[in-house]
Amino acid sequence: MSSDAITIQTAESTSRAWVQTLHEWVITVDHKRLGILYIFFALVFLVIGGIEATIIRIQLIRPHNDFVSPQVFNRMFTMHGTTMIFFVAMPVLFGFANYLVPLMVGARDMAFPRLNAFSFWLTAFGGFLLYFSFLGGSGLYGAGNAPDVGWWAYAPLTSRAFSPGHSSDYWTISLLVSGFGSIGTAINLIATILCMRCPGMTLSRMPLFAWMNLVMSGMVLIAITPLSAAQIMLLVDRYLGGHFFDTQAGGSAAIWMHFFWIFGHPEVYILIIPCFAFISEIVPVFSRKPIFGYPVMVGATVCIGFVSMSVWAHHMFTIGMNSYANSFFAITTMAVGVPTGIKIFNWLGTMWGGKILFKTPMLFCIAFLFQFLIAGLTGIMLGVAPFNWQLSGSYFVVAHFHYVIVGGILFALFAAFYYWYPKITGRMMNESLGKLHFWLFVIGFHLTFDFMHIPGLLGMPRRIYTYQPGRGWDFWNLLCTIGTFIQGIAILVFVANLILSYFKGPKAGNDPWDAWTLEWSVSSPPPDYNFAAIPTVASRRPLWDRKHPEDPDSRYE
Amino acid sequence: MKSVEQTRCAVSKAIGVMVLIAGVLLTAPLGFGAQTDSSQIPNIFKTASTPADAIRHLSFFVLIVTAAIFSVVFCLLAYVVVKFRNRETDADREPPQVYGSTQIELAWTVIPILIVVVLFLATARVIHAIQDAREPAAALDVIAIGHQFWWEFQYPASGFVTANELHIPVSDPAHPTPTFLKLLSADTDHSFWVPQLAGKTDLIPNRVNEMWIDPHRTGVFLGQCAQYCGTQHAKMLLQVSVDSPEAFAAWVSAQEHAVAQDEKEIAGKRVFETTACVNCHAISGTAAVGKFGPDLTHLMSRRTIAAGAADNTADNLRLWIQNPNAIKPGSLMPAMQLGKADLDALVRYLETLR
Repeated sequence: MSSDAITIQTAESTSRAWVQTLHEWVITVDHKRLGILYIFFALVFLVIGGIEATIIRIQLIRPHNDFVSPQVFNRMFTMHGTTMIFFVAMPVLFGFANYLVPLMVGARDMAFPRLNAFSFWLTAFGGFLLYFSFLGGSGLYGAGNAPDVGWWAYAPLTSRAFSPGHSSDYWTISLLVSGFGSIGTAINLIATILCMRCPGMTLSRMPLFAWMNLVMSGMVLIAITPLSAAQIMLLVDRYLGGHFFDTQAGGSAAIWMHFFWIFGHPEVYILIIPCFAFISEIVPVFSRKPIFGYPVMVGATVCIGFVSMSVWAHHMFTIGMNSYANSFFAITTMAVGVPTGIKIFNWLGTMWGGKILFKTPMLFCIAFLFQFLIAGLTGIMLGVAPFNWQLSGSYFVVAHFHYVIVGGILFALFAAFYYWYPKITGRMMNESLGKLHFWLFVIGFHLTFDFMHIPGLLGMPRRIYTYQPGRGWDFWNLLCTIGTFIQGIAILVFVANLILSYFKGPKAGNDPWDAWTLEWSVSSPPPDYNFAAIPTVASRRPLWDRKHPEDPDSRYE
Repeated sequence: MKSVEQTRCAVSKAIGVMVLIAGVLLTAPLGFGAQTDSSQIPNIFKTASTPADAIRHLSFFVLIVTAAIFSVVFCLLAYVVVKFRNRETDADREPPQVYGSTQIELAWTVIPILIVVVLFLATARVIHAIQDAREPAAALDVIAIGHQFWWEFQYPASGFVTANELHIPVSDPAHPTPTFLKLLSADTDHSFWVPQLAGKTDLIPNRVNEMWIDPHRTGVFLGQCAQYCGTQHAKMLLQVSVDSPEAFAAWVSAQEHAVAQDEKEIAGKRVFETTACVNCHAISGTAAVGKFGPDLTHLMSRRTIAAGAADNTADNLRLWIQNPNAIKPGSLMPAMQLGKADLDALVRYLETLR
């Protein structure tokens, strides 16, 4: 532990101790420290991406606003999207997986600790490269710029004719580099989950958290690969005279779309499945019941994993595919709704007949269920190809995917923060600040994203830096911007809570929530190498068995 | 268990506040949008064309189905949260531990599958009706070409070219005269979207896309580019003027003929022909045959300039020629740096192009 190291160094100056602590964090291969690094990294980028979102919303507060130039606006939405997906959502989810999976499966670390550290630093370097574009985008030719091609960077806007300078290269290489980091982490998680489970933990006794991260990791392997391939092809086009996406020389813009979305759609599930994992751990504990229909939950997750690989072209209903292709992708898209619906019903089944405790993590879970339901239903609307021809590329789509990513993923993440913070830091988060954060965020979220659907229905396309008055869009955009500020205040409350609770929070003890998975059997924060003696489990809820020896789960499974 | 009571109190207060906010919100746009002309709103539900009507009918069906699903699941969630909240009476007991039920799981698997099948059949029917429609002999063919950041419209049967404001005839259901658009792009991806007339279809370089419109009432319908295409994507606006058959025929015959060159404005014409204007713009009957910018043969027949970014007035024309960035920063038109006399002459000349 670092604290031991520091106390031994009492004779040294404090700055020496500080440098040594930093050094320990940089060279660490400990899964818990890497998990915290991932989460910290993601929180920093969350704030940066949030500032970019705020700039976008201020610009759109009224028609013909001139808060920023179109060039700056285009960079902001490109950087906002790229940052939030690749340098906030993925790292923070990997961070929680890194921290919790070994603890939950009763292992002392990840399968490949050095690969783990390497993966994190690749991701961090990717984030650095992306933001270095602000300085280096124009090379040595004066003021810098940042990528402005949109986060899906459709060809041929990324060709050198339309994107001179290096801003698109920074975008390409940063995603290539962080993509390798993601693949490394995925391999590590798969190896850990399949090979390092403690005695007695068969696949059918694994916590759903581990199951869902296993599925997510498999999807990362399949989905990141085409993205990396496409980035390499783009670099070949830009620097080695390739013509993959060069439409002037017979290349195909649609090929880029296919490559991007064959990554891009599974990516949505890569992000949401770990959130399903949070919900599947937190809802049972605060309902005081085991998860309803464990085998069905596992089956539905695996099913989502497979089906979501065959839905990508629903992002491309407007590119002029023939009616058979459009019909195929319409039905696969709707089909994903079935296993997803099963999950929602199973969470409701878990709460049914339980004893629901409205602690902050559970409040975020309930809001997640409500919002994810709506996000799923607008998703069905977008899967209806003809309806999509109207909705695609409009603010309705922007509202829909923010409903998934903020209303779903971010709410689940907040639940995870409030739930596992005591385990990670040893201190409880403040409940009053937590509830304030919750209600402010709920109000801000709904003010922004509920009303954002409406301008889309009134014909407002996305990615426009300004709009004409008199089209019925003004009022709704004003509301969205107000909501953004309320969300911003809520995030400040959250960050304040994270910091205050670290110093002032009451001690958590091993098991503050009276929970059932193995991470709660060790001290908070867990000791180095987690378990002095590797535990043996006999059911899905080892701590339930320990607390209720008269009626253990192992009797019913 | 005071916190539970507090939570309930907070929940009911929050619901009250939300109802209040919802009430304000529902009434506010009425006052806010009082000066808004509703015919200017490109509402996807106020359709005026056959394919858009088909989409609207399908979307109402989908909205009803999803609203029903929402109501059922939301009521379940609300019921569960209220009914199974923690109570003081059984504070220390764990509830009965239930692990699952095959029958219930089966029910909430089969019912969604049935819903998906119904939705899919309805969807496939409309996809087929719109995408596989045959082009009738009476149809009008137009080629639409997307440029950064404006629209080129070619009428191959009549042989003329115009920009940004598409004119098409209204279609009589008894004798339909729909318009079939062939969509091309000169540079990056764009998307043709006029919500009241049809769903959007992308214009992609090195690819030919098609869509059709079958308008059943006259009027001007607004839209704009719906696929991010570069700096000025926001001001790549689009107007479709649906004309009566007579008005359309008159418009076509006016467009087919070059404007008689007004000898009084020969000075302005000379400015046009001797500067960089001719590199990009064409005016029939003159030496100007540039292809990179909009055809200006009948410039004054259009309501707007710069792809809808400004009204077509003498002042705006002057500003646009002198400093395009003032209207549309990032547009590909260069600032022409003309002296005052040349600029005046040029604008007067352009105003003769009716």
